[in-house]
Amino acid sequence: MTALQALGRWWLGVLGRLGRGHLFLLRTLVALGPLMLRPRLWIRELYSVGVRSLLIILVSGLFVGMVLGYQGYITLVDFGSAEALGTVVALSLVRELGPVVTALLFAGRAGSALTAEIGLMKATEQLSSMEMMAVDPYRRVLAPRFFAGILSMPLLAALFSAVGVAGGYLVGVGVLGVDAGAYWAQMQANVDVFDDVLNGVIKSLVFGLVATWIAVFEGYDTEPTAEGVSRATTRTVVHTALAVLALDFILTGLMFGAL
Amino acid sequence: MPDKTPWIEIRDLRFARGGRTIFDGLNIRIPRGQVAAIMGPSGSGKTTLLRLIGGQLRPDRGQVLVDGQDVHRLSRRALYRLRRRMGMLFQSGALLTDLDVFDNVAFPIRENTRLPEPVVRALVLMKLEAVGLRGARDLHPAELSGGMARRVALARAIALDPELMMYDEPFTGLDPITMGVIVTLIRRLHDALGMTSIVVSHDVAETSSIADWVYLISDGRVVDQGPPARLQEAATDWSRQFLQGLPDGPVPFHYPAPDYLGDLMNAEGRR
Repeated sequence: MTALQALGRWWLGVLGRLGRGHLFLLRTLVALGPLMLRPRLWIRELYSVGVRSLLIILVSGLFVGMVLGYQGYITLVDFGSAEALGTVVALSLVRELGPVVTALLFAGRAGSALTAEIGLMKATEQLSSMEMMAVDPYRRVLAPRFFAGILSMPLLAALFSAVGVAGGYLVGVGVLGVDAGAYWAQMQANVDVFDDVLNGVIKSLVFGLVATWIAVFEGYDTEPTAEGVSRATTRTVVHTALAVLALDFILTGLMFGAL
Repeated sequence: MPDKTPWIEIRDLRFARGGRTIFDGLNIRIPRGQVAAIMGPSGSGKTTLLRLIGGQLRPDRGQVLVDGQDVHRLSRRALYRLRRRMGMLFQSGALLTDLDVFDNVAFPIRENTRLPEPVVRALVLMKLEAVGLRGARDLHPAELSGGMARRVALARAIALDPELMMYDEPFTGLDPITMGVIVTLIRRLHDALGMTSIVVSHDVAETSSIADWVYLISDGRVVDQGPPARLQEAATDWSRQFLQGLPDGPVPFHYPAPDYLGDLMNAEGRR
C-alpha cells in the first residue's frame, strides 16, 4: 500500500468516525426528551458521574487556589498591589482554571469510567441484549449518562472555583498577610456576574457537553474486546483534553478577546 | 402438529462483513411452533444469522420475514414492537451486571409494560420458578455460576412470553448436569409456551435431541436439512463429517499451507 493510499484510508476512517459521532449525538439528544419523564435514571448517573468526582475536584481546587495565592502575591507585591490578590485568584478560577481544569479532571475521573462502563456493556453483549428486549440503549443507558455529565460539569466547576478562592484566601491572608477585607472587597468589586461568572458557566457547560459526548461515544463505538475498551478509554482522556483546550481558546477569544 | 405456515422466512440472503462473505443465497423457512436447529462449524455465521433475524444487522441482499414482516424494512418503532414478541438467549447470558437476578428478569417487563409492581413480582417469581432459581433472586450476576447465569438469562428472555425464542449456543461451556437442565428447559418451555424456537449450536447430540428440524449451514448456505434422525442416517459426506465429529473430510483438517516437505527444507525461509 502506498503512503498516499494509507493517508486516504486514515482520512476516510477519521471522517467515518466523525460522521458516526455526530449521528450518535443526534440520537442521544432525541433520547433526552423521554428521559425527562424518568428522572430516577439520570439522578442515579448524576451520583455516579458528579458526586463521585467531588473529592478529586475539591482537593484539586484547593491546591490550585493555594498555588494561585502564592504566585499572584509574588507578582502583585512587586507592584504594591497585593490587596488585589482576591481579584486575581477569583478571575483566574472563574474565567479559566475552574472550567478547564474541572473538565480535564472530569475526563480522567468520570469520562474514562463512562467509556469503560459502556464499552464493557457492549463487549459483554448487554447493549445487544437490551435491543433484543425492545429497550433502546440510547434511552436507557446513553442519554441518562450524557445528561448527567452535562449537568454535573458546571456544578463541579463552581465548586472547584469556590474551594480555589478559599485556598487563595488561606495562603494569601493566612500565610502571606494580605488584608482579609481587601481580599474579599477587591473580589466583590472586580468580578462581574455576567462577564466573568456567566461566561465561566457557559464554558463549563460546553466542556461538559463535549467531554461527556466523547466519553459516551467512545464507549459505544468501541471494538468489543479488552484491548478495544482499553484503547477507547485512553482516547477519551486524550481527545477530551485536546478538545477542551482548543475550545477554551476559541471561547475565550469570543468572550473576552477580539475574535 | 405444528402449524406449517412459515413464521420465519429467509429468502436469498447475502451478508458480508470485513470483505468476507458469510451468507450467499441462504434460504430457510421455519414453521410456527417448530424447534429449528441451525448447526454448522465455528465461524459459519450462526450467531450472525440470529442478529439478522432480530434486525440488529442488515443484509446486503435478500429478505428476512418474521410473521410476514420484512424485518429490515420496518421503522424503528415497528421493529421494537416486533422484538417484544421475540426472546433471545445470548451465549454469554448478557445479564445486566448492575442489577440482581430479580431485577434482571423484571427488566423487560418494567421497560415494556406498565404493570403494577405486585404483578411484576409475581411474573418474575413464576419465570424464576420455571428455571429453578426462585431462591437465587437476590444474587448478583457475579455470584452466579455459568449455568445459573444462563438459566437467569433464559427466565429473562421468556419474561414477556415471546412467540419466538432464539438460543445462541445455549450448551457451550456447561457441565453435563447443567447441560441436561438447559436441554430439558428449552424443550419444556417451548412446549408449554407454544413458541417457535431457533437453536443455534454446534453441539450435535444435545441439539438433535430437542430439534424438530435441523439446518446444516456451511460456506454461507444450507448444505443439508431435515429431521435429526434422517440427517444422521442418510447424510452427505460433509454432514456426516460434521455430525459424527470426524477430524478430516470435506472440511480439511489442515489450514491451506505450502508443501510440507518443501516448507521444512526451506531453511532460509523467515518462518
